[in-house]
Amino acid sequence: MALLEIQSVTQIFGGLCALSDFNLRFDGGELNGLIGPNGAGKTTVFNLVSGFYKPSQGNILFKGRDTRRLKPHKITALGVARTFQNIRLWHDMTVLDNIRLARHQTLGYNLVDALARTRRYQRAEADIEHSAHEILEALKLDRYALERPRNLPYGLQRRVEIARALAGKPSLLLLDEPAAGLNSTDIEGLIGLIRWIHKEFKLTIWMIEHQMDVVMSLCTWIKVIDFGATIAEGTPDQIQNNPDVIKAYLGDGAL
Amino acid sequence: MQRFTVPILLAALFAGLIGMSQGGMIDLYIQSVIMFMGINIILSSSLNIVNGYMGEFSCGHAGFMAVGAYVPSLLSVWLLTDDRVFGPAVLSPELALVIFPLCLLGGAVAAALAGLLVAIPSFKTRDDYLAIITIASLYIVKSTIENISAIGGPRGFMGMRSAVVFMEDVIELPWMMIWIFICTVFTVWIIRRFVSSTYGKGIIAIRQDEVAAEIMSVNTNKMKVVAFMLSSGLAGLAGGLFAHVLGYVNPGAFGILKTTEIMVMVYLGGMGSLTGSVLSAVLFTVLMEAMRPLQIIKWVIVPLMLIILMHFRPEGIMGNRELSDIFPRLRRWFQFK
Repeated sequence: MALLEIQSVTQIFGGLCALSDFNLRFDGGELNGLIGPNGAGKTTVFNLVSGFYKPSQGNILFKGRDTRRLKPHKITALGVARTFQNIRLWHDMTVLDNIRLARHQTLGYNLVDALARTRRYQRAEADIEHSAHEILEALKLDRYALERPRNLPYGLQRRVEIARALAGKPSLLLLDEPAAGLNSTDIEGLIGLIRWIHKEFKLTIWMIEHQMDVVMSLCTWIKVIDFGATIAEGTPDQIQNNPDVIKAYLGDGAL
Repeated sequence: MQRFTVPILLAALFAGLIGMSQGGMIDLYIQSVIMFMGINIILSSSLNIVNGYMGEFSCGHAGFMAVGAYVPSLLSVWLLTDDRVFGPAVLSPELALVIFPLCLLGGAVAAALAGLLVAIPSFKTRDDYLAIITIASLYIVKSTIENISAIGGPRGFMGMRSAVVFMEDVIELPWMMIWIFICTVFTVWIIRRFVSSTYGKGIIAIRQDEVAAEIMSVNTNKMKVVAFMLSSGLAGLAGGLFAHVLGYVNPGAFGILKTTEIMVMVYLGGMGSLTGSVLSAVLFTVLMEAMRPLQIIKWVIVPLMLIILMHFRPEGIMGNRELSDIFPRLRRWFQFK
């Protein structure tokens, strides 16, 4: 069974076709990329996979389950986690709380336990706290556990967002432009981090990225879309030499 | 050690209040001010769940309070007293001590259910639009009560005072003071536990970024229902106590002015600060009493204060911090959870 299957998905907003006939299949363990010029519909794909949009046509199957009727938090509970293009952390909570909240679907206790502070609550909270610290330590963020994300530099905020995504123990991690707004040293670190996460957590990573060096050095398979249509896919080498891709990015040269 | 500080302080306060009321050291007026303080603490801290922690703007709090005021009043009159409408008492007045808290609970449950009136629309709407829905719900409750003549309609409803008298007949103690004290402590404690658990922090995540909350695993619809029901249920509790302290309720008391009063308390104290809600409820009650001789001018001064507050300290007295955040050293002396 495939981990993620997108079957001829089309997404229409009003009269605008944001995505047309999009197909994809992940068997698990990949580190793949999705690129395309601005407004090509990349983030729409991620919003569809994480359940924030429901496809106008077509199906999205995650671990064999049709996600069309599932709310986003249910899809997250199934194992999809994502980061956002413009960082969406809960800026007035501590970093630690941000990480803990990613476990909201797998708390292991309910409202009554929380109010009565039962044994089950104590045990579950201790476990959540413990695994949150583990994640922070793994991503070298433990020093900032009690800081508020808004006070952290941008690069660290990205890292916190990735940590939050990992905290829910996903099997598919969607990274929406992880390198956006980072300087070149941060980008070096990010490439190493993503590679390390991919190996260490044994998950599937799918990333949208504009920085070609990031995509080309990390991804094994890249899909290119433009105006909602898939224009190419293949290995980094194939993509770099594909005339359609060059045309989409640079124009057709008939100046 | 610090685990016992709060219970000991509360027990001392409780013993002091009851002792002084019983011994006649504080007169009935002061007693009633203290009781309204307790009720106001319940109201402001429960509204803080929605307006502060969850970041929605609910103006319907007085409506839920009205539900909580009418339901236990009707229950206690029906069960305990001989009434023109409900007929003779169903249960013997000696049971008042058991029946009264159950009536209060009934009111809280009814108010929590009324909270659904706002919770369900909140799935799809927020901000100003939700605020309008909450105002509508306030008027739905108010007009419903005004139009049921069996419970007095706009004239109001009375008779629940006898439930209090019956309790005092069984054991001679200032019972309303006791119940208010218990309910106030219960409310603050429950809210504290709620918002400090990872479960309850889901509503803080909704305030800070609802989209991120929904996508990063918070069931936002469910958390909204929980928050609205908890908030309105506690408002109902306050309503039941309010009705029994006064011995008389009328729908006019639960209008937009009451809602405004509660909101002033929340914003004065600071959104998302339980300490702030408690402090501002105490302050506000004292202030309102102190300005009683000014009569109608009071309603010029209070809004003026609000304007000044919003101008110079928009985050309220405490911001979104608790006492232990401002004085971290206090943590050595007490813990509250």
